Amino acid sequence: MHPKHSTPAIAALKCRIIVRRDLRLLPLFRTFLALSLAFSLFSAQWDLPAFATPVPAADKKPKGDPALKGLPITELSADEAVLHALNRLAYGPRPGDLDRVKQMGLSKWIDQQLNPKSIDDSAVEARLREYPTLGMSNAQLMAQYPNPQQAAKQAGLSPEELKAQQSAQRQADAGVASMLNDMQDQEKLAQLSGDTPQGAMKATSDAPSPMKQNSPTPGAGRKGSLSVDPNAVPQAISDDSKRPQRVVEELAMAKVTRAIYSDRQLQQVMDDFWFNHFNVFAGKGEVKWYLSSYERDVIQPNALGKFKDLVNATAKSPAMLFYLDNYLSADPKSAQRQAQQRAMRQAQRRNYGWGPPPAPPKPQNAKKQERGLNENYGRELMELHTLSVDGGYTQKDVTEVARCFTGWTIEKPRELASFKFDEKLHDPDLKVVLGKKIHAGGMKDGEQVIELLSKNPNTAKFISTKLARRFVSDDPPTALVARMSKTFLKSDGDIREVMRTMIYSPEFWSREAYRAKVKTPFELVVTSTRALGTDVDTPMPLVQWVNRIGEPLYQCQPPTGYSDKAETWVNTGALLNRLNFSLALAGNKVRGSRSDVTAFLGSDSSSDPRAALDRAVALLLGGQIAPTTIETLEKQIANPQVVQAKLDDPVKQVDLGVVTGLVLGAPEFQRR
Amino acid sequence: MSNSCCEGVRPTKFSRRYFMKQGGIALVGLSTVPAFLQRAIASTPTASKKQLVVLFQRGAADGLNIVVPFAEPNYYRLRPSIAIPQPKRGGTDVTLDLDGFFGLHPGLAPLVPFFQKNQLAIVHAAGSPDPTRSHFDAQDYMESGTPGVKATEDGWLDRAIGTIPEENASPFRAVAIGPNLPRMLWGSTGAIALPDLRQFKVQPQSAAMNNVVQGGFEAMYAQSVDSALHGTGTETFEAIDMLRKIDIAKFPPENGADYPKSPLGQKMQQISVMLKANIGVEVLFVDCGGWDNHVNEGGAQGQLSNLLKDLAQSLAAFHQDLGARMNDVVVLTMSEFGRTAKENGNRGTDHGHANCMFVMGGDVKGGRVYGKWPGLDDHQLNEGRDLALTTDFRAVVSEILTKHMGVKDLAPVFPRFATNTHAFPGLVRS
Repeated sequence: MHPKHSTPAIAALKCRIIVRRDLRLLPLFRTFLALSLAFSLFSAQWDLPAFATPVPAADKKPKGDPALKGLPITELSADEAVLHALNRLAYGPRPGDLDRVKQMGLSKWIDQQLNPKSIDDSAVEARLREYPTLGMSNAQLMAQYPNPQQAAKQAGLSPEELKAQQSAQRQADAGVASMLNDMQDQEKLAQLSGDTPQGAMKATSDAPSPMKQNSPTPGAGRKGSLSVDPNAVPQAISDDSKRPQRVVEELAMAKVTRAIYSDRQLQQVMDDFWFNHFNVFAGKGEVKWYLSSYERDVIQPNALGKFKDLVNATAKSPAMLFYLDNYLSADPKSAQRQAQQRAMRQAQRRNYGWGPPPAPPKPQNAKKQERGLNENYGRELMELHTLSVDGGYTQKDVTEVARCFTGWTIEKPRELASFKFDEKLHDPDLKVVLGKKIHAGGMKDGEQVIELLSKNPNTAKFISTKLARRFVSDDPPTALVARMSKTFLKSDGDIREVMRTMIYSPEFWSREAYRAKVKTPFELVVTSTRALGTDVDTPMPLVQWVNRIGEPLYQCQPPTGYSDKAETWVNTGALLNRLNFSLALAGNKVRGSRSDVTAFLGSDSSSDPRAALDRAVALLLGGQIAPTTIETLEKQIANPQVVQAKLDDPVKQVDLGVVTGLVLGAPEFQRR
Repeated sequence: MSNSCCEGVRPTKFSRRYFMKQGGIALVGLSTVPAFLQRAIASTPTASKKQLVVLFQRGAADGLNIVVPFAEPNYYRLRPSIAIPQPKRGGTDVTLDLDGFFGLHPGLAPLVPFFQKNQLAIVHAAGSPDPTRSHFDAQDYMESGTPGVKATEDGWLDRAIGTIPEENASPFRAVAIGPNLPRMLWGSTGAIALPDLRQFKVQPQSAAMNNVVQGGFEAMYAQSVDSALHGTGTETFEAIDMLRKIDIAKFPPENGADYPKSPLGQKMQQISVMLKANIGVEVLFVDCGGWDNHVNEGGAQGQLSNLLKDLAQSLAAFHQDLGARMNDVVVLTMSEFGRTAKENGNRGTDHGHANCMFVMGGDVKGGRVYGKWPGLDDHQLNEGRDLALTTDFRAVVSEILTKHMGVKDLAPVFPRFATNTHAFPGLVRS
């Protein structure tokens, strides 16, 4: 393990950054250096032409750096390139990662990441053992984490006892309230609060009402409504309560844990990408019990595999079937058909002299007959999962696709929750999708549609664009997307190959792409934690910070997923929360997480603010920071508050938490 | 980018908030304007700016027990155990008569005076035309403003504010009271989610570090060449500065207004402070939940009644508190769909269709229940079970946006919705 405070990586950056402490004695020289630094930064940004056409890779490769061998890198230095790779294909560097990757060779590291199974990941697996729900099936989760009302029924609790229990639970849950109380479909809970005493306003406002976006917390009236302190660890985090919310909490904690600790970093990034692409929402009905399997069995195994396998797996997943309503979709004629068949059978029975006379239709049948075609999945499959909104399909195609998927449903959604093809609900007639006749029959109709859509050039383009937007820039170069699309079509939608094409393209390593992406809330929380080498014992407060910064995990309501374009979500409140997160993390105020900033910055920093700043900039920003930023930071840390003399200690102590927090909050760290 | 290379010189480019800061108000206090002039500016409420407060009742409120069609016999036939009794002089726990046909739930008593003073209008049988009975889908549609279309990325309230040109908009133009930005405010306006005015600040671990940390961040973002973050950062610190200068204690409830201690009451009070502080707020979003009463909904008393009391007391306190300022404010309520006309087997109601909307404020032609009443006879019900829809919620919103907020072009706000001013319910003064 690399010593945390050593700096060989920094030394290599000496052309850009001021790290030597003695410079602070030479303000004039420093000004000069800052100016030349500014110049070099700008020339780097301005002199090089923007990439319109890819440059043949071999021509301009910087001579000599064996770490970059085999990669079309012409505009970035070796350190920049490695940092870029770690920021794009991983959740940023941990202390020592830069050197480790350089030593290994960037190309080799990339190859390993593209083949995650080649990487031993037992350390993170051990951490994940804390979350028993991760390995459970839908049926197990529903049985073991039932809705409180069902649980009470099983335990034989009276409504009063249940209420008392819930009230205690609510106290414990106050801190996690922001995470899950806004789940929008806790109808069962709503029913429980049904017998609220008359006139008891307080009881009402404290009840776990299902639609409370901003749930009240005990004492809200006294302290103001922001009483959910994400740094406080509510009891509920460590308890092993069997509420359904616990399933989603464990999932979110596992996601944070993997992103921070897994050595299969690209796998984690891809999982996040595909989950967001095939988004499902924890707050809709039973989905909360289906998520664990969805992520584990549907997304993860296919994240670097064939795209059509991903589509197939999502199409058959109870999570997607429920979320986009396909489990309800039926051939409108099927009810009629069944009634006819029943009548025929009964007629036959009567003819043979057995069976009762025909009964009047039961009300249940009447309800069943309401079942009809649901186009929700058919539409989103084309619009959001494959072809894209301008992908050349019509409303007629939507209906036809929906007809193909009739009968794709969930077996016992409340007990078993497994995929089932129900022939009885399926529309057997001919369908025409995108001008192509579909008459494979039965379940094959839907599978044929997936095959058809996955091969469509519009799909190739859409998926390539989304990947490039995630990994390269908000508006990725068209030439790059075209190249990726070509690979997509040639390789039968092999995601690993498309990724390889992208990574081995010069656009991926262009100056323009460098730090072009603003970190999402999840990326910010995880990269900060990794960068500081923080030891995370209980990830729940980090999960809550992600929520607070604006993109609650597993709680994106619309099927579009969270946008990957920064403009749609970088906003004022969110930025403030980013800054406050940086301060909290570096100041060791995130419970369950421990950052040793003294070890991180080196003990010699604690008596020298300038050295502390330089070290933090070097370690967290790869030494690269706008000259104005460093000027500003310098002025701030010169404040006597930062360097506090202790009464009994003649040596002044720098508040390293503040210095680190400031650098983590810098605009430069908001980018990857 | 150019100003970043000039060492030691703070960027001279005025932020787009500059004018407002300069024009605006002693509370910002950095101007060199003489004090008397500052006072004069401060005493002028930000010109003729209008404000809209959208209140979302999440969970599908039961419109038929909120605004009761007491003259409709079917109502009592369909709801034997939860119907609100007909109005009766001196009666308690009875419907509060509004116009001889409709009346308010008794829990809404605090709102009756506003209806009588023509400051409260109601639209009945209104809502989103999409037939979905999923909370999730229906809220999504009502907030995106595109019923039936899932791909819409932003919300109608965001698009609406985007159509109102504003050279020197305040960072507080669009605010949601709560920790997360609601779907309705997703988009490019840069709305703020604000759980608590007092907490909207940089929070270092020790108060002694306040200036160091705030100053450090502020300067870093002010000088940043990062176009996206520079703008957001500047706005953030302007917002923090503006709020810091507001002494919340300076805006206590006025006119004897008494806000409930409930989350909704506290949120409404925060909204009142923001409006009084003249920080340039134009649209505000607030939500309240708990309306999904499948079981034991109650009649004149009970679950729904408790929610309505909270709602009415919060809105009444807000109206009273703002006093004459209400001339510039419209409060609009909505809920994703209504509930079944017939009560279910658990003395509650299930997911239905049309609902009622409240519109309160100075520009409102109140004292009337708007909308065509579709009736509650079996054949008049939507899908044989719910109040049918006769007014698209977008028509109500469109009228408020046009006549109250001054939105000129509704096409981007509600694409695919042919807005015809003749289709406006006519509930806002021109």
